[in-house]
Amino acid sequence: MGGFFSRIFSGLFGSKELRILILGLDGAGKTTILYRLHVGEVVTTIPTIGFNVETVKYGNIKFQVWDLGGQTSIRPYWRCYYSNTDAIIYVVDSSDKERMGISKSELVAMLEEEELKNALLLVMANKQDMEGALTHTQVAHDLGLSALRHRKYQIFKTSALKGEGLEEAMQWLVSELKTAQ
Amino acid sequence: MHMLRRDKKDEEDGGSSNPFQNMEKSSVLQEARIFNETPIKPRKCCHILTKIMYILNQGEHIGTTEATETFFAMTKLFQSNDVMLRRMVYLVIKEMANIAEDVIIVTSSLTKDMTGKEDMYRAAAIRALCKITDTTMLQGLERYMKQAIVDKVHSVSSAALASSLHLLSQSPDVVKRWVNEAQEAATSDNVMVQYHALGLIYHIRKNDRLAITKLVGKYTRGGLKSPYATCMLIRIASKLLEDDDAGNDSPLFDFIEGCLRHKSEMVIYEAAHAIVNMKNTTARELAPAVSVLQLFLSSPKPTLRFAATKTLNRVAMTHPAAVTACNLDLENLITDVNRSIATLAITTLLKTGSEGSVERLMKQISTFMSEISDEFKVVVVQAVRSLCTKFPRKHGVMMSFLSSMLRDEGGFEYKRAIVDSVIVIIEENPEAKEAGLAHLCEFIEDCEHTSLATRILHLLGREGPRTQNPSKYIRFIFNRVILESAAIRAAAVSSLAKFGAHCEALLPSVIVLLKRCLLDGDDEVRDRATFYLRVLEQQQKALNSAYILNGLSVSIVGLERALHHYTLSPSETPFDIKSVPLETQPITEQKKPDMLPSSRPAEKPSAPAQEIYAEQLAAIPEFASLGPLFKSSKPVELTESETEYMVRCIKHTFANNIVFQFDCTNTLNDQLLENVTVQMESGDGFETVCQVPAACLKYNQPGVTYTCVSMPEDATSVTGTFTNTLKFIVKDCDPNTGEADDDGYEDEYVLEDIEITVADHVQRVMKPNFLASWEEVGEDNEVDETFALSAKTLEEAVSNIIGFLGMQPCERSDKVNEGKSSHTLCLAGVFRGGHDALVRAKLVLQDTVTMQITVRSTDPTVSEVISCAVG
Repeated sequence: MGGFFSRIFSGLFGSKELRILILGLDGAGKTTILYRLHVGEVVTTIPTIGFNVETVKYGNIKFQVWDLGGQTSIRPYWRCYYSNTDAIIYVVDSSDKERMGISKSELVAMLEEEELKNALLLVMANKQDMEGALTHTQVAHDLGLSALRHRKYQIFKTSALKGEGLEEAMQWLVSELKTAQ
Repeated sequence: MHMLRRDKKDEEDGGSSNPFQNMEKSSVLQEARIFNETPIKPRKCCHILTKIMYILNQGEHIGTTEATETFFAMTKLFQSNDVMLRRMVYLVIKEMANIAEDVIIVTSSLTKDMTGKEDMYRAAAIRALCKITDTTMLQGLERYMKQAIVDKVHSVSSAALASSLHLLSQSPDVVKRWVNEAQEAATSDNVMVQYHALGLIYHIRKNDRLAITKLVGKYTRGGLKSPYATCMLIRIASKLLEDDDAGNDSPLFDFIEGCLRHKSEMVIYEAAHAIVNMKNTTARELAPAVSVLQLFLSSPKPTLRFAATKTLNRVAMTHPAAVTACNLDLENLITDVNRSIATLAITTLLKTGSEGSVERLMKQISTFMSEISDEFKVVVVQAVRSLCTKFPRKHGVMMSFLSSMLRDEGGFEYKRAIVDSVIVIIEENPEAKEAGLAHLCEFIEDCEHTSLATRILHLLGREGPRTQNPSKYIRFIFNRVILESAAIRAAAVSSLAKFGAHCEALLPSVIVLLKRCLLDGDDEVRDRATFYLRVLEQQQKALNSAYILNGLSVSIVGLERALHHYTLSPSETPFDIKSVPLETQPITEQKKPDMLPSSRPAEKPSAPAQEIYAEQLAAIPEFASLGPLFKSSKPVELTESETEYMVRCIKHTFANNIVFQFDCTNTLNDQLLENVTVQMESGDGFETVCQVPAACLKYNQPGVTYTCVSMPEDATSVTGTFTNTLKFIVKDCDPNTGEADDDGYEDEYVLEDIEITVADHVQRVMKPNFLASWEEVGEDNEVDETFALSAKTLEEAVSNIIGFLGMQPCERSDKVNEGKSSHTLCLAGVFRGGHDALVRAKLVLQDTVTMQITVRSTDPTVSEVISCAVG
């Protein structure tokens, strides 16, 4: 009897894997963030041709995190992985001012997808350790986040290299997902 | 082998135990959608992946879109860490790599697995990764591949080496850079790694003779522990020996001979096999290898016995002495429990045996024919066939043996081999003809293979009427009309008609029989019967020959296209069969009476190159008025290879013109040629009509220019020689960018001469019944001449005449019977313009060959031209 109940409870929340996509332009730091979350340290990465997928445990929640390559040639395949997504982590290179516009249009196009209608959006203004990086408010402005309607989102300043800001961002994500459940 | 052994019954109910039978492709792909669900169900997904593998391996075609969809669904499975599932995914990635699009999407995932900690993943991930990658991607992976090659885990290293070998053909430049790593791997103490490393090094260096000699030199001095690698080295060494034509005093030969004393049986066998298969080995050099094989013949291991017997079987004809030494051991193997070994032993003995022992061995072999698989039965049949060529007098025994085999159970391949053999024997040995035809008649009385039955009926139609007693075949043929399927009935009708056309005595009976066929239920059978009846009732030899005995000689594809064109543009003029290109006859080389079973597959009918040319030429407006293409020659090189410009020429003959097609290649990377033409000069009355220049010849990009000439006014002069000059404007250009200067200058380049011979005006045509055609054309335009030829033998004369005239030998008259001093050669062809041409050349050998040539044609000029061609 006891076993039966515990299975029901864990089924409600505990072992249900939540699906998260990490997206963003090439060189934004998606793979570094994934492995920072997965193994807790910085690994050397090469441009992702395709995707990396890892299971990340955060507290008592298991995330299934998909890091999709950001190169122009890979972006069209993002849509193959949209379905059943609970949250999107959109990573922006805060020091790459020139491509902020491209980053914005990719974000806008993605958010229009029907399959992502109910997904949470967490924007990481990454590479805050770089000199001349834009602040997160500036990034939010450049991405036009204020124009978003019907979507729960938040922006955080992070540095995957130094491990700063990731904790707070994930905290927010977990609590939001919990309330959404 | 298993497949072959299964007889028909098994095939029908067989496979009932196969859980994958009757699977629908679409339902499997539907099931594959479960890959998109989370959480993943590893067991279930594994099962579906197995199903996908199964349908792919059954040869089922999966379209690009559905394959891509399934592939992307499958990529979701990377989120599971189930080892079995992941390995299944690798397998399916490899299978789908060439079917689905955008398979590079798994590159990162596979790269991670190949460098990861899980050893169960690494080797398989390397293999899958190398399947989906291309040259540009490979450069990004180079570092990982190099590391994998020298990895201390053997399976990883082997996988990387073997995958590199596969990549070599696709990205040679990248893989060549890994040779140092491969050399390091070659020092591995793992047998497989060493073998794969040697293989990769060899293939990287394959085209560099010096490097290979060095490589072999290095390893023959020692350093190879792996027997597999040693076997490979023996193969490389024996190839080097063969290419160099080096004598057997070479150190390489010493190495191979030394391997006969190796401790591994595999290596010993490989060395013996290599020595026995070498050319020009002396008896002394052969002896140790043969004694090794002899030792293996009495080995308790069936694999060794089999290998040794098979090797001896192969070389039985080239080294009879070697095999004779083993005769005693081979005799013992006749009763071997392994029937494959027994069959090979007997057939080996048959090949080397004397005429006297044939009957004893044949009796022996028939005792267990029912126990061996079809594959080995075919070996026996081939041995019997070669025996027949060797001992023509024994054809009686062989024929009855073959016919009893025909009566036995057996699959299609087996039956076909027997029928082939009987037909070959009939063709080579006139004495065996009647008996052979009788056996074949008996066979078609109960033959389940339509293709064999129709083939035999065709043969009966061709050979039967010319035997002593044609009437006895009629019954067998007509039985087919009553009993068989439509395809066979139609073949039987055609065959019957040939008897009627050739034998006047049988004509009334044949007409009666054909009339009965008019009521047949099948259209084709009725049509044929009606047609043949009409022709036969005319009782004209010419008609019989043209429409029954010799049939159409046009290319079927060409006819289909010509008719299609005709129907597209309705016109008042009736369809002209002469506008259809003739069927190009493959040139049958003089078959040597070789005793080795010729197992190579029958050559496919050569792709109609002429059809392609015809289409290309038709697309050029200048040549639109020339009419249909009559004949295209083989390409002739007009330059040495490795010169500045490479040009080869193809001659296209039309009714009144010849178009020369020049395929030019510019091999200078700092030049750009423009307005390229070939100027042709001839003193023989040919006039250049027009030239179609190649606008631009870039480095290494072939271009085509055409020159069209008209035939001389005098219709009898058709031969000539042209001197040719390539003319063009040169512009210097940057070798890297290909950008050319604006200014150019005119230049020219002298090419080799081109000759136009009579053969260029004649198309080969096979006339199965030459005599009938000869009568059909009649003697109106007959020309008779006598020449003394320079040839020393009849064979030489025959092949020269065929070469000069470019006509098709009929009635197997290209084969000169040995020891005869006279021969009649029958040739048939069609002359440019659609005139039939027939040649009968009577050759007599005294000191040199004298020829009396008689030419008949539907056009007097043609007869004259051809009769003069040889002189």
